[in-house]
Amino acid sequence: MKTALSIMIFDENRIRASIIEEGLREAGHDQVVVLHDIVGLARQIELTSPDVIVIDIETPNRDMLEHLFQLTRSVRKPIAMFVDRSDTSSIEAAVEAGVSAYVVDGLKKERVKPILDMAVSRFKAFSRLQQELADARSALEERKIIERAKGILMKSRKLSEDEAYALLRQTAMNEKKKLADIAQSIVMAAAILGS
Amino acid sequence: MSFIRTGIDRSGGSGLALPAAIRREGSRLVRAGFIPLVDASVLIVAAEFGFAAREGIELSLVKDVSWANIRDRLAFRQFDVAHMLAPMPVASALGLGSNPSPVIAPFSLGRGGNAITLSVQLYRRMRAKAGLTGHESALLNAKALKLVIEDMREKGESLPVLGMTYPFSSHNYELRYWLAAAGIHPDHDVKLVVVPPPMTSDALSAGAIDGFCVGAPWNMVAVERGVGRIVAVKEDIWPSSPEKVIGTRPEWAEQNPETLSRLIVALDRAAAWCDTPDNRSELAHALAEQRYIDAPVEIVHRVLLGKFTTDPDGTERTVPEYFSFHRDSANFPWVSQAQWIFSQMVRWGQTTYAPAIAAHAGSAFRPDLYRNALGSRSDIPQDDMRIEGGAMDDGFIDGAIFDAQDIPAYLQRFDIQTSRGLGSA
Repeated sequence: MKTALSIMIFDENRIRASIIEEGLREAGHDQVVVLHDIVGLARQIELTSPDVIVIDIETPNRDMLEHLFQLTRSVRKPIAMFVDRSDTSSIEAAVEAGVSAYVVDGLKKERVKPILDMAVSRFKAFSRLQQELADARSALEERKIIERAKGILMKSRKLSEDEAYALLRQTAMNEKKKLADIAQSIVMAAAILGS
Repeated sequence: MSFIRTGIDRSGGSGLALPAAIRREGSRLVRAGFIPLVDASVLIVAAEFGFAAREGIELSLVKDVSWANIRDRLAFRQFDVAHMLAPMPVASALGLGSNPSPVIAPFSLGRGGNAITLSVQLYRRMRAKAGLTGHESALLNAKALKLVIEDMREKGESLPVLGMTYPFSSHNYELRYWLAAAGIHPDHDVKLVVVPPPMTSDALSAGAIDGFCVGAPWNMVAVERGVGRIVAVKEDIWPSSPEKVIGTRPEWAEQNPETLSRLIVALDRAAAWCDTPDNRSELAHALAEQRYIDAPVEIVHRVLLGKFTTDPDGTERTVPEYFSFHRDSANFPWVSQAQWIFSQMVRWGQTTYAPAIAAHAGSAFRPDLYRNALGSRSDIPQDDMRIEGGAMDDGFIDGAIFDAQDIPAYLQRFDIQTSRGLGSA
């Protein structure tokens, strides 16, 4: 019978790390250690001697890991992986998602691949969430700009709020531009002209 | 770590930029990875100031955050070429590290740029212990450090922790060389750790490390922040010491000989441009930009001129040749230098010596490809090997001379080295 794989997740982003941890546990892996900080990493690696280390490739601390591996004289030499060495598109997907892994040499590919695939898909899901959050934030920013442009128009053209908004919308349609872009130009022009 | 952002292309999910994915038929797109350091100048200038375009090459630069990423993304064909530490191709040739796949270096990116900085507290203690005036040589500074370490031992204090950048780096070998020249054993008398360069001054000021050896501009940044004291520069340890190279996969070089030749020509022109004193200000402005090094332009400029402030009190030191990007065959990939790197790997227990391994290590540097591209110019060396450290103005800090023909004899002269089999990196 195969022994259970011991897996370490090193990610300074706690939320993302816990999403991956959850995924691993759902897939039946119960030997999972999560680390957020480079401090104590060496000791943890020594203690748990993981078969697989999943790591965020945006961290410059990867080089410190390389040093740790160089220091250990153990036979269990970890090798760097991006999911599958032979498959270019999966490597690209992993880099794009921002995840890499160290895998103990000699471990069968079939055993590791599902873990890495899962890590890649969860990293991706996480960045999608982040993108959505960023979009939501910029939508909020747009609304604020439109409010300011409306205020400027109301004051300088002596319009009601509804009239100001209608003027903005009409201009955007005429110019084939986004409402927020027109609003942005008005706010900028007002700032330059000091009105 | 959020303060290293890779701002070139954020369309991907991660902050790391993806290189242009599609290679158009017939075009000469070259995707190059780099780490934000002043010694990436030649590569950056080749792309930024049109030297690559003039050779019909579209040089697409991709900023990365770690040498391990650079190595892996080159190996996995995300990059065609990369800005690399000179020891990386040698390590790959010898199968060292966690992803050793073949890398060759046909072009060296110049000399210089490193320095060793200690915390102001540690330096103050050296000053008191050894009566330093602040104008001592790098060797005397190391000897003063030795006295302090002896004192620390007697008092049962914890020994200094020193940062460097990567196990296979010029910084690792230079730091070790400097320590050992003064009788400090880098494995036993200090603790060496890896600290990513942009984090060095934070780590120093937080007391996580007591000193470090990294490339520009990070030493000067630590001094400017009032936390560090520069005690040695690369020139003090060995002026010719190889620093960064352009690395590529042998198979890419074989399949794209014309592109590689053109790239070498572009890099050669860019290197000459970088060395022209009148261009240094413009270079500093380009490098300082966020998409490259993202550091204060004033510091980058002074680093390029070799005008150092060595301590927070404003002590000045000028190292005129702190950066040589082109002159004196600075771009020539000397096989003897690859073998010197190998000798350091043996000295510090990263590998063992055998004549065949030494030859293999030397083959990572490819002067033949360099000559192939640039033809027979009077400034291009005819030999692949030379005696290293033998020239008047090019000596090692301890006066050693390196002859690649007899590495065992060279290594025998060093009392301090990692004993075989017990070693650390």
